Amino acid sequence: MTILRSLAKIVSIFLFITLSSSIGNQLNAQDGKSLFSQNCASCHAVNKKLTGPALAGVEDRWPDKKNLYAWIKNNQAFLKTGDAYANKLYNEYNKTAMNLFPTLSDKDIDAILAYIKSVPAAGAAPAGGTATAAAPAEESDSTLVFGLLTLILAVVALILLQVNSNLKKLSDDKSGIPATEPVPFYRNKAYIAFIAIILFIAGGYMTTVGAMNLGRSKDYQPEQPIYYSHKVHAGVNQINCQYCHTGTYQGKQATLPSVNVCMNCHAAINEYKGEALKRENGDVVDGTAEIKKLYKYAGFTEGQPWDASKAKPIEWVRIHNLPDHVYFNHAQHVNAGQVACQQCHGEIQKMGEVKQFADLSMGWCVNCHRQTKVQFKDNGFYSIYEKFHEDLKSGKIDSTKGITVEKIGGTECQKCHY
Amino acid sequence: MEQNKNWQSFGELNKSEAYNKEVNNEFNEELPMVEDHSGFLQAKAPRRDFLKYLGFSTAAAAAAASCEMPIKKAIPFANKPEDIVPGIADYYATTYVQDGDVVSVIAKVRDGRPIKLEGNTLSPITAGGTSARVQAAVLDLYDTARLRFPTIAGKEATFEAVDKAIAAELKGGAVIVTSSITSPSTKAVIAQFLAKNPGSKHVTYDAVSFSGMLLANEASYGKKVIPSYHFEKAKAIVSLSADFLGTWLSPVEFAKQYATGKKIDEQAKVPAMSKHIHFETVASLTGSNADEKYLCRPSEIGAIAVALLSAVKGGEIAGVDAKLKAGIEVAAKALTANKGAALVVAGSNDKDIQIVVNAINDVIGANGTTINFGATVNYRQGIDSEFAALVDDMNAGKVNTILFHGANPVYTWPAADKVKAGLAKVKTTISFSGKLDETAAVCKFVIPDHHFLESWGDAEPVTGHISFIQPTIAPLFKTRAFQDSLLKWSGDATEYTSYVKNYWSAKLGGENGWNKTLQDGVINPATPVVSGATINSSAVASALIAVNAAKASSKIELALYQKVGIGAGQGASNPWLQELPDPVTRATWDNYIIVSPAMAKTLLNIDLNNGGQADAYEVQPPKKVVKLSVDGKSIELPVLIIPGTHPQTVGIAIGYGRAESVGKAVVGTGKNAYPLACIKNGTVNFSCADVKLEVTGATYPVALTQTHFRYDTTQGNRTEVMKEMTFAEYVKNPKEILEDREAEAKPFGGLANYEKDATIYPVYDRPGIKWGMSVDLNACNGCGACVVACNAENNVAIVGKPEVLRGHEMHWLRIDKYFSGDMENPKVVFQPLMCQHCDNAPCENVCPVAATNHSSEGLNQMTYNRCIGTRYCANNCPFKVRRFNWADYTGADSFPDNQEGEVNDVVLNMNDDLTRMVLNPDVTVRSRGVIEKCSFCVQRLQAAKLDAKKDSRPMADSDIKVACQQSCPTNAITFGNANDKHSAITKVRVDNPNRSFYVLEQLHVLPNVTYLAKVRNAGEGEEHAEKAEAKKEA
Repeated sequence: MTILRSLAKIVSIFLFITLSSSIGNQLNAQDGKSLFSQNCASCHAVNKKLTGPALAGVEDRWPDKKNLYAWIKNNQAFLKTGDAYANKLYNEYNKTAMNLFPTLSDKDIDAILAYIKSVPAAGAAPAGGTATAAAPAEESDSTLVFGLLTLILAVVALILLQVNSNLKKLSDDKSGIPATEPVPFYRNKAYIAFIAIILFIAGGYMTTVGAMNLGRSKDYQPEQPIYYSHKVHAGVNQINCQYCHTGTYQGKQATLPSVNVCMNCHAAINEYKGEALKRENGDVVDGTAEIKKLYKYAGFTEGQPWDASKAKPIEWVRIHNLPDHVYFNHAQHVNAGQVACQQCHGEIQKMGEVKQFADLSMGWCVNCHRQTKVQFKDNGFYSIYEKFHEDLKSGKIDSTKGITVEKIGGTECQKCHY
Repeated sequence: MEQNKNWQSFGELNKSEAYNKEVNNEFNEELPMVEDHSGFLQAKAPRRDFLKYLGFSTAAAAAAASCEMPIKKAIPFANKPEDIVPGIADYYATTYVQDGDVVSVIAKVRDGRPIKLEGNTLSPITAGGTSARVQAAVLDLYDTARLRFPTIAGKEATFEAVDKAIAAELKGGAVIVTSSITSPSTKAVIAQFLAKNPGSKHVTYDAVSFSGMLLANEASYGKKVIPSYHFEKAKAIVSLSADFLGTWLSPVEFAKQYATGKKIDEQAKVPAMSKHIHFETVASLTGSNADEKYLCRPSEIGAIAVALLSAVKGGEIAGVDAKLKAGIEVAAKALTANKGAALVVAGSNDKDIQIVVNAINDVIGANGTTINFGATVNYRQGIDSEFAALVDDMNAGKVNTILFHGANPVYTWPAADKVKAGLAKVKTTISFSGKLDETAAVCKFVIPDHHFLESWGDAEPVTGHISFIQPTIAPLFKTRAFQDSLLKWSGDATEYTSYVKNYWSAKLGGENGWNKTLQDGVINPATPVVSGATINSSAVASALIAVNAAKASSKIELALYQKVGIGAGQGASNPWLQELPDPVTRATWDNYIIVSPAMAKTLLNIDLNNGGQADAYEVQPPKKVVKLSVDGKSIELPVLIIPGTHPQTVGIAIGYGRAESVGKAVVGTGKNAYPLACIKNGTVNFSCADVKLEVTGATYPVALTQTHFRYDTTQGNRTEVMKEMTFAEYVKNPKEILEDREAEAKPFGGLANYEKDATIYPVYDRPGIKWGMSVDLNACNGCGACVVACNAENNVAIVGKPEVLRGHEMHWLRIDKYFSGDMENPKVVFQPLMCQHCDNAPCENVCPVAATNHSSEGLNQMTYNRCIGTRYCANNCPFKVRRFNWADYTGADSFPDNQEGEVNDVVLNMNDDLTRMVLNPDVTVRSRGVIEKCSFCVQRLQAAKLDAKKDSRPMADSDIKVACQQSCPTNAITFGNANDKHSAITKVRVDNPNRSFYVLEQLHVLPNVTYLAKVRNAGEGEEHAEKAEAKKEA
């Protein structure tokens, strides 16, 4: 028994250690992910060279971790120490100075490194996305099946009705009731009335649905002045959304990048060598030619230094349009609400040219506000809702449901209309 | 408590027939419905037509909607500046400068466009306060009447051509005529110009000058300066017709100071309040706020000053009638009782009267306490006689070249014809006016200056206080700074931009110091010095002789005055200011002759005590036109009867009747009254004795808003909206108002249980936030800054005069004016009234489409896109604060028919692409057929919450200021989260339990706006008289 007991002890300690360490690692990696996307992702990807080198295996490349810390925090100061590897790297990347990160602590950097380690090597497909994408297709299939079933049942019903009336006629004949002139089914008032009602209901339904869809433009995918692929930038190269859409965290508009932001990378990246780009209709797009279009807007001649003052703005076609009486603020959703871009824009990292994912209708907005929880415990703003905090503690409010946007007034008119 | 009987109109005072009929109607006019009993098919729109239209419009709508969606472009910057984020406003400290008026402001710039001005709290002079004119200034930037390029003889020219042509003309010297210049660097530029062009001189000319005071101070103190005033230190204030809260010298500054003495600290052991005695000729904003008001003729001001001087010295009061004598006694008593904390100001432009006032101030110890010669002010520097001499020189052909900047004498000089004739004899005439004003129109060269929001510059309103101007937008047109022209013509290649920078960088410790100062917008002296000046008493003796020699008139007199919004005429082209109801008369879009009720009886044969006659005057907008003639000049204007005006004095506002080239808003609005002024003892005198009035028989409609949005409820009439008491009553029993409210709520379980027990509705939780507002009626002086601020912040539409005549004005916030007491000289209370955001709102229950409903934060929400325009809510609103878009004022509809014939040119001009740049992009522009109303600036509340969320912290008071609160020079409005125990609004309500009240509390609509009752420091003398009378009656 004692052996068993001590075994159990050892096992449980072992379990505890492994579990806690794995949880710790996970936390680390998660913090690291957000730190990575906030600080590094604009110039680095894990498995891909961008403005800076791919970071996979970075720890192995640096002989001393302390040097790595010093380099990340203040690369300019570190360069001056004359470290050979650092200087080689600097020269290799055309002496492009890295940003300074004096606010990052060693712990933060460890978290980032942990995250980099946790990312699988290039080629490993992320799971989960495909399943959700398949769902809408199934839905449309089932409507067809239901439609066919309804049609078959209607025909069967019609036949049965005919049979019934024939049988009735037969029995009438037998019992000697004089037969009335047979009315063909297309002049049968009951049928006509029935069909009229069906048509009216169906027509009314279609008109209503059609009217409600007026002005909505789900799946809107206009041709843009430049074939800009989010799949290449955000998907394959994993550039953080905010590198280009800088206003997302701060203000109402997410903002489109100005030409100089494009040129940060494209001054160096002048040809497209990735997988062939295809439009939805199958046309092949010449990526390099599209980059040249950018150069035209930027007033850039290859091989010569770029004069930013010669740039002309690119006139993109706006896809997501809200009516004038709607106030929408990106910072409120992405920053305060921690909503992922994909929630409203769809799997943008897989789109070639952007397509409107949601119908942007009020019902769609309100539904989300009903279901989404606010960052009730994490955001200090909500500390003023003392009653809700108490109710959560005492269990009056179901903590699994939490405090939704609706609960704090997020479905009231003047949250969006003023 | 004996409730004062408040009234707003003469009909209400008499409970006239028309009044009783009208109060039950929400809207002033009859609805255009024709009752037709001739049968359904014979009706104008029979069923078949109806079906035809229905079918057609459905088909048309479907066809229109199924057309392709318009393609919208999203165009980012080519190179985005680092610190500009589209959609986020930037704020720049700058300075509102209009002629001599200076107010430090912060400009809100949204996506490159300045859209709102806020007061700069770092300036100790205005401390974040603004005026209606400051608030409206941003609209002037986008005025379509602005000149778009320089011209020579009316033809477009380049700056090079202009410079070349003028360079030759400057030999032999030029005269620069400007309004008061407060900018030290501009003065340096002018000095440089004068030095480089020998024979030149600079003449300062103010339309409404303070020459009398400047000359008087020179005689009394040896300094031709205006001292700064400290109304906040004065416990007794006597004003001889100086409208210091509205238009006199620096009203924003004085309003702030004045309110300090008027606010009551309920927590203080001994409550204190300043006392203000006002001698009034024609009803003014300041007079309306006075504790005690005595009516006099303009010609009696001198005699009053002399008598007051004698009284404060302990002598006899002579030369005035009994009523005024009583007033002077009260004034002298208050002044002597508060020696060292007393102040006398006079609005007169007569040197001798001002010398006498100086003597009074010396006796009462104001000199060096409430009057500070240690820091003089630069608001007004013009000396009328200098300009008069220049006009003579011009006519004598002695002037070769003349430059006008700010000054517009062809319009404002009493003898304008003489100026015009003189200008015709000047070879080279140059104007720097931004618009083709009256003077620019007769000048050969017009080189438009920037708007101040496009300029660099500085201003020194008070010695030692510098306020900086930085551009908030690149110049919209081909304009050039006035200073740049002067620099160029004096052979200096420096641009004024660098000139200002160099001028100050040296003094501020280089580039960094300059940048920091620009960010703050102001430099303030380290320690304010308060000092007096030694008075020269010999000047008093001769002044007394001169004043006594002036003959008192026994005939009808005229007083010309400035309006709060229009000023000396600068505001006339601004539609926001034209549509702002004048605080005193509550009229818009016109000037008129103000007469007293007594004169109405004798002149117009209207007895206002007779209900029928009051109705005849009041119900319809057309007013009788009277011809006023004086000294061979005459003017025909409609007459308004305004209580609080001297029975033998009439008033006319200057600033109207501008040239049509300065803007659409001036077309058909009022007449120019400047020619009626005269030059007396070398200064311009804005009053005339011996005027003749003749009724012409014609009528003219005046868009008067005093009788709009009045109401009566079955539970109690609106007299109970207002609560006021005298200071003596308050000291005797501070809890009087609270006790009244308690008594009223007693049947419903007292005030504590009133919300719960007086209703069948459930009481709702307000977790988190509950917005609340408090308005201190003691601090509010009715100046109207909040009304214009609301216009700017919330895209409130201008509707034009014809629509105001029909009671269709859209202001979300109005300032109600209540009279009480004697009809000839009543007490006046102003009450800003906006949507009260009732927790038990009557409007919400009656909306058939739930377009107006309540938020969990206590806001009464209005959803425009849901509103179908039944107007039931407006009918059911006990406060009448809901506004209906009768026509498409904003151009928001896609149907041009909704504007044609419905709105006038001014309104259409507000829809011009240029003017629309002033719109706040965070607020929906409302279209025809929907109701709108005060939203408590919900866009600001949402932004404040978001800011707090972004920083992950609870909201603080400093996050939120609603537009009206921010604009208020007296901090009368407090706003915030009433659920927060530490917020300012909670503090105001907790600290002032005695004076807090809700309007129409008995209706149990549970407003979220509290008011602090008006307490007036009315004289004991008056009270005794009233009580004696009451006893007699009993």
